[in-house]
Order: sequence, then structure tokens, then C-alpha cells
Amino acid sequence: MVQKKTPVGIFCDVLIYVFLGIFTFLCLYPFWYLVIYTFSDPTQSATGVSIWFKGFSLYNVQQVLRLEGIGRALLNSVLRTVLGTAITVVCCSFLGYLFTKEEMPAKKLLYRTLIVTMYVSGGLIPTYLVYRMYGLTNNFLVYILPSAVSAYNIILIKTFIEQLPTSLEEAAMIDGAGYMTIFVRVIFPLSIPIVATIAIFAAVGQWNSWFDNHIYNTNNDALLTLQYQLYQFLNESQRIAELLRQGNIHDVEAAVSQQLTPKGVRVTTTLFAAVPIFLVYPFMQRYFIKGIMIGAVKG
Amino acid sequence: MDGFVNAATVRASARPRKKKMQLLFMALPLMALVILFNYVPLFGWIYSLFDYRPGISLWKCDFVGLEYFKLFLTDKYDMYRVMKNTIVFALIGYLVSPLPMLFAILLNEVKCAPYKKVVQTISTMPNFVSWVIVYSLMFTIFSTDGLLNEILMNMGLIERPTNVLADASAVYWFQTLLGQWKNLGWSSIVYLAAISGIDQEMYEAASIDGANRLQSTWHITIPSLMPTYIVLLLLSIGNFVSVGFDQYFVFKNNVTSVNIEVLDVYVYRIGLMNADYSYGVAIGIMKSVVSITLLFIANFISKKVRGNSIF
Repeated sequence: MVQKKTPVGIFCDVLIYVFLGIFTFLCLYPFWYLVIYTFSDPTQSATGVSIWFKGFSLYNVQQVLRLEGIGRALLNSVLRTVLGTAITVVCCSFLGYLFTKEEMPAKKLLYRTLIVTMYVSGGLIPTYLVYRMYGLTNNFLVYILPSAVSAYNIILIKTFIEQLPTSLEEAAMIDGAGYMTIFVRVIFPLSIPIVATIAIFAAVGQWNSWFDNHIYNTNNDALLTLQYQLYQFLNESQRIAELLRQGNIHDVEAAVSQQLTPKGVRVTTTLFAAVPIFLVYPFMQRYFIKGIMIGAVKG
Repeated sequence: MDGFVNAATVRASARPRKKKMQLLFMALPLMALVILFNYVPLFGWIYSLFDYRPGISLWKCDFVGLEYFKLFLTDKYDMYRVMKNTIVFALIGYLVSPLPMLFAILLNEVKCAPYKKVVQTISTMPNFVSWVIVYSLMFTIFSTDGLLNEILMNMGLIERPTNVLADASAVYWFQTLLGQWKNLGWSSIVYLAAISGIDQEMYEAASIDGANRLQSTWHITIPSLMPTYIVLLLLSIGNFVSVGFDQYFVFKNNVTSVNIEVLDVYVYRIGLMNADYSYGVAIGIMKSVVSITLLFIANFISKKVRGNSIF
């Protein structure tokens, strides 16, 4: 059914298109600026880049890669993302499967124990004190262990497995397969859509984490992650900007000579930290709507 | 005969019972992680009752009872300021809460599919980068030597550089804009899904009755989205005192801290920076109690109004 367009209708359409266009531009532009600033020739970009590359150079990338510790930070970020995601996926999908078994003893109690964690938490300081007691300070494990079992993920997986046809599992059971075999051979392969959703969200969460680094592993440079490295660069620049504003020239010179992170390094590091997100984004888009909808129905 | 039946029953049920226990044993190690990382920290609440000093065993510290709770409730300066910031951000949050719905409605009016796809894809993207990256982007654009000042100074529009990141009076609206920039596209997805579930015949009927687009939106789309909106609103009531941490933490500096320091950031400063653990724990507990109370109130309202609970 085609409605006849009135002048007012067309005007509204134009208004909507322009508004959405502006918002989209605002969402995209800051990231685009990272790209053009990083790859512009530094001698020319000093006069300002805004829309397109000025010259082309890999100088900024080289500067960042030459920084002490940046390789370590990159490696740590990749490690925590890969290991953290793998552990979350294995733990959550397995426990989610176990919770679909009506015959499990104390199932209700255990499931409730898990769900309560979505609403009640010890809070920042008690959590910090207890993790420190566990020896999780200056420890890589603090990145991957606390997030291994997540109630929300388990709800998603449990819901998904419950709507799978039971006949396959029964057939395997008659053939004498145990729970573990059934999970590995039958259930897990069938749950790939939901597992992929969870894996992608877990991976993005891991890659983006920096606060655990800040409070637990701040004293150990070997455990530095890329996001936190970036945060430190920014803090430095912020401090120097503050000194400049106060007009304390002597301090500024001292600060600059000691530890100023050039804008090029800052911008390039930001690009490094953002690029993996853009790379997985197309896959993400396929899955996250599904994830949201299941969560909305069940949550 | 009797013995035979019994033996058969025993044999038949013995294996399943063993298998049942197997289920439990496989779940226990994972449940142990839940206990260790989610429940044991709750025992840390006991720190709030002692004058805990790091390095000394808790049992050798002075027992102070509810002193720290009283301290927070009678604190004139910080408590007032921090609660004001938290409540202001929470109220602004409610004020802008219809925006994702509005964004979804506007996006749905776009009939050109590729344009719609591009807008949706790009506007969802900022949701997936960390607040540290957002801070870096904004620092690059808005700081004194940033892009904005570069452009404005080159055009001769301003004499001295501006810096919205170091302007306490701009905190509320600027952080709200940032929040929308990051989350609007993402939050609108659930409404887009709800819109696609609306019965198209209603629009056709309305159009036959001579309704224009605005009227169809007002009388069909918005009422159809209201249940989703109300559920999300009710769910957010429990978060009234938890307006967020990362955003305010990364954007906090000496100038903006007066207006940007919300409850969670304050707890961090008191507890971890000043190492005043007991006080930090006490504030955290009060926050949790308020949150859970609000959640139950929201659930009660939901039961009364909608007939089912939200969790």
C-alpha cells in the first residue's frame, strides 16, 4: 500500500534522514579521526588533520611499537581475551547443560544460589579485600577466574539447550554415553549459536577491561594490559595539561622531559585498542540481536 | 518373585542414582567458583564494624559498631555533594530514558533499507568500545590542544582555547551527551525488535481510516512499545544509586571531581585511594541495601500494575 506523499510528509522524511545522518556522523567521526591522524605524516599533521590524510606515514605506528612494554601489554590483552573467553565459554556452557537435567540433586538450590549473584554483590572494597586474601593481586588469574561462571550467560545457555529436541540426547543415552560425552559430542555442537553469542560478548568484555588491572595488578608492569596502558597515557597528558593551565612552567618542563606521551602515540594506541572491536563487529552484529531477545524473554 | 522384583528395581535405580550424583559432582567445582568469587566477599561486610587498618589482623582492630554508618549519614560536605551528583545523574537518566524508543521510531520511518542499515550499524558501534577509549577520543577532540580548539582558533572564532573536559559546570550535560553518544544506538535495538513485532494490519486499518504517519505513530507504535519501556524503566529503578562507574571515573579530574564524583567513584576514593577500607565498605553496604530495597519496591509495583514480577 503506497501512501501519497504530502509536502509535509516529505519535509518530515528529510528531517529524519538529516537528523539520523548527523548522529551517525558523530558516532563515526572520532574513530575516523584516529585513523587519519595515525597514518598522516607527522610533519604535516602538526598543522591539523580533520577530514582526510595529510601525506602518509607509518611513523606513529613505529613509535608505538618501539615503546617499552607495549608488546607485553598487547600480549596480555590478547592472552586474557583468548583464555578468559575460553574459560567462560566452557564453564558456562557446561554448567548451563547440567542445570537442564531435572534429575540433578539439589538443582533448585544450586540454581538459585547462582541467580542471586545477579542481584547481590559484596561491593568494590570487600571484593578487593577478599581477592587480595586469595593472592589474586599481582596475578594474571584475576583477569580470567572471577568472570569464569556468569549467571546471565548460564541462563542464556540453559534456555537454549532446553528448546533443543530431546531425542538426540536420549539416543546417545541409550547407546550408553555418559553426561560428559553427551555434552561434548551432542549438546555443545548443537549450541554453537548461543555459545558464539556468549563468546563474542565475553571477548569484548575481556578486551575492554582495565579496572581489574588498575586495582589488582597496578604494581606489576609484566601484567599491564593495553587498555590500562592507554589510561595511563591519558592520565599523564591530563596532568601535564593541568600544570600548563596553572602556569607552573618549571614543573611543566620537568614533566614534559620526563614522561610526556606525544599525541601521536596516544592516538595510535587508542586505534590499536579499538581495532579488534571493529574487526569482530560484523560477527557480533549477527549474534547480539539474538542474545538480546533471548535475554529479554527470560531475564 | 518378590525378591526378583526388588533386585531388579534396585539394579535399575542404582545406576541412575550414581549417575545423578555424578551430575552434582560435576557441578560442584563450578559452584565453588561462584561461592569463592561472589559469596565470600559478602563476609567482607564485617570490616565495616571494625576500625580496620591494613596490615593488622581484623580481630586485633577496634570494634566500632555502626560508627562508620553514622559518619556517612552525618557527613555534611562529601555525603551531600556525592548524593546530589548521584541523584542528578539518576534523574537525568530517567529524563532521557525515552530517547532510545524515539530513535527506534525515527529509524523505522526510514524506508531506504541501506541507509537504515548504515545508521543502525554505525550508531551501535560506540557501545562496544571501553570508556577508556571514549575518554581518549574525547580528549583528542576537546582538550586544550585538541581538534576542536585547533579548528576554532584557525577560524578565528575564539582567542583562548576552551576545554569542556576541565569545566565543572559542564559535567552534567556533557556526561549525559556522552552517555547518549555511546549507548543510544544499542539501547534502541530492543525497541526496533519490538516495532517489527507490531501487527502491520493495524497500520493498514489506520491508514484506511485516514490516519497520517504521525497519528499512526502516536496511536499505534508508541502504545505498542510502552510495555517494553515500562519493564526497562522498572528494572532500572534498582540501579538508582548505581549510575555507573567507568564513565565518571575516567572523566574525573581535579576540576570536574566536584560534580562528577558519584557514589561508586566516592567509595573507590575513600576505600582504595585513602585506604579507609572500613568506611568504604560501610558506604558500599548502604548502597547495596538501598538498591535491593528499590528492586523489591519496583517488583511490587510491577506485580500490582502488570500482574507479573520482573525477576
